[in-house]
Amino acid sequence: MSFFRHETLEINAGWLIAATMLVISIGGLVEIVPLFYIESTIEDVDGVRPYTPLELRGRDIYQREGCYLCHSQMIRPFRDEMLRYGHYSLAAESQYDHPFQWGSKRTGPDLARVGGKYSNEWHVAHLVDPRDVVPESIMPAYPWLLENELRYADIEERMRALKKTGVPYSETQAEYEANVKRFGREVADRLNILKARDNLLAQAEEGNYDGDPSRLTEMDALVAYLQVLGTMVDFSKYSEDYFASFR
Amino acid sequence: MAHAAHVTATEQYNYEIIRKFAIMALVWGVLGMGVGVYIASELAWPFLNFEIPQITFGRLRPVHTTLVIFGFGGSALFATSYYVVQRTSQARLWNDSLASFTFWGWQIAVAAGAISYMMGYTQSREYAEFEWPIDLLITVTWVAYFLVYVGTLRRRSQPHIYVANWFYIAFILATAILHIFNNLAIPVSLFGMKSYSLFSGVQDAMTQWWYGHNAVGFFLTAAFLGMMYYFVPKQAGRPVYSYRLSIVHFWALSFLYMWVGAHHLHWTALPDWTSTLAATFSVMLLLPSWGGMINGIMTLSGAWEKLRTDPIMLFMITALSFYGMSTFEGPLMSLKSVNALSHYTDWTIGHVHSGALGWVALISFGSLYHMIPRLYDTKLYSQRLVYVHFFLATIGIVLYITAMWVAGIGQGLMLRAFDEYGALAYTFIESVMFLHKPYVVRALGGAFFVAGVIVMAFNIFMTIRQAKAEQAALEAKLAARGV
Repeated sequence: MSFFRHETLEINAGWLIAATMLVISIGGLVEIVPLFYIESTIEDVDGVRPYTPLELRGRDIYQREGCYLCHSQMIRPFRDEMLRYGHYSLAAESQYDHPFQWGSKRTGPDLARVGGKYSNEWHVAHLVDPRDVVPESIMPAYPWLLENELRYADIEERMRALKKTGVPYSETQAEYEANVKRFGREVADRLNILKARDNLLAQAEEGNYDGDPSRLTEMDALVAYLQVLGTMVDFSKYSEDYFASFR
Repeated sequence: MAHAAHVTATEQYNYEIIRKFAIMALVWGVLGMGVGVYIASELAWPFLNFEIPQITFGRLRPVHTTLVIFGFGGSALFATSYYVVQRTSQARLWNDSLASFTFWGWQIAVAAGAISYMMGYTQSREYAEFEWPIDLLITVTWVAYFLVYVGTLRRRSQPHIYVANWFYIAFILATAILHIFNNLAIPVSLFGMKSYSLFSGVQDAMTQWWYGHNAVGFFLTAAFLGMMYYFVPKQAGRPVYSYRLSIVHFWALSFLYMWVGAHHLHWTALPDWTSTLAATFSVMLLLPSWGGMINGIMTLSGAWEKLRTDPIMLFMITALSFYGMSTFEGPLMSLKSVNALSHYTDWTIGHVHSGALGWVALISFGSLYHMIPRLYDTKLYSQRLVYVHFFLATIGIVLYITAMWVAGIGQGLMLRAFDEYGALAYTFIESVMFLHKPYVVRALGGAFFVAGVIVMAFNIFMTIRQAKAEQAALEAKLAARGV
């Protein structure tokens, strides 16, 4: 009986440590573990695909510059946010985001659906000097994005690392075929690690994101990433009740 | 006699390691808070980014948070925990070389983190931006810390483990769990810094904010409560108000905190059940938080006159008051309806700083002022400068948090305002223009606070110099007598 007194913990470091471990483990276990198993956590929706090699490099640069500290990528289901930014964000839309970029602060506007909202030229001008485009902006200027050549020598390694986390980039024929079935041939081609460099160069050339076809810059990659944000799901194909049923 | 007693004290306890950590706490404090004022100024006057990649807001902000949380806060915790565990166990720290390793491991991790963010290497996880090689160094350092701490407890000459140690233990254990699970990542190559987190999207967000809020809960709260439970009674010269309350405080706080992280993800794509659960526990958390505050403040009951005569006590009691205020504001902001307005705005930044400046920094200053003269066997160089520091700090905090209330609530209201036709009343950039004045006031408040820390650093520097002079004089005296 005396074992169950609080004093047992006060005079025995081992028991104190064990009891503390037990007490601090419960909350995380209850709240995090089910998210990996409850199927309705992520909406069943068409169109969301992993990033292409060029978009992926753009996303790396977005992380490097700390964009997430002032820009969220998570539209909440409020009227003002939907008027300002578009349809509220789905869990499915960030399912390939390692790490997530939802953010916690909006010193600048939300970017979850910035894709297609502005032209490439606007983005380039804005990133080189935000105050050229929006005089009252307090965003830093990023002129080096246009000067730095995009490094992509390790693009395959980057995709392989992501593949280990579960992103369906393909290396074998079987994986490629599975991607064809899941995303269609056009997308599956872009997710092929073995063709990553060709894909990256082709998308940069075709998109001409930085406005200078002669050079492949970090700006190409970042603008390619910004232009795809929030554009993967065709919301006209779903009724609102459908998404609500997952929440 | 005095000389002999001094030798015994340094032999009985390992004070050398505590001195090192205490000094580094001040060094990181000045640097980290200085960077804070700089990035606050960048938001008010964006030309300060100077088109230099390494000092743009996005790269410097993690430098600020890392230097103050892990550099200043972490070093203050290592210092005070090593002091408290030795004094309350009446035993010397276990394993001097392992303790020394925790010092170098921690300092190198903090410095490497700051430099790597400026170079563009970051996991982009708030307060866990360290890339994987630094994360590994932190893990090893932390294991060493745990071993030194528990090793020392096992040497204790009393049967009971004093309550301050419980909080330090919970902090060490929880930080280990949080650090490991939130930093699971796959490196791109063994020779590069870059990695991708193991989890994605919803699960990643939940893991990060489970970490993020418990970095607040255990690193910035439980551990500093350990500080409070030792240094407030010591400075007041009275026992803790209620031992029973400290037991309830400890277990309730440890259990409840781990549930509340998801209140950072209200109204997002996180399932409703998770964020509702987090909001519920956040409200419950008010009880142990205020229990702890009451336990700390009431320790002074019957000795309230100390607030008039002792500036160190002033720091500690003000710290507890801010602890009470921010642990009331926190549950308020975790309500979904309030959060709908406050989230993504500067209200959150203000809330964090009323906790970080008001609670964490002030209780650390008070504890360091109490501890450092004892480490050097002398008296503080100047009591008057402690008062100067106190008023600079308090004015700074008040300017900071009121500016952020105005900024946050103002922007929140502007962004959800509609005109008579049901269209949005303001563009986003109009809300940014509104933020300029509060941002200027915030930078000013930060400058006041940093000025206070510089005054403290000077005071401590002079205290240490004075201690060395006293020591030299004493030795000369003894030598002259031919002892």
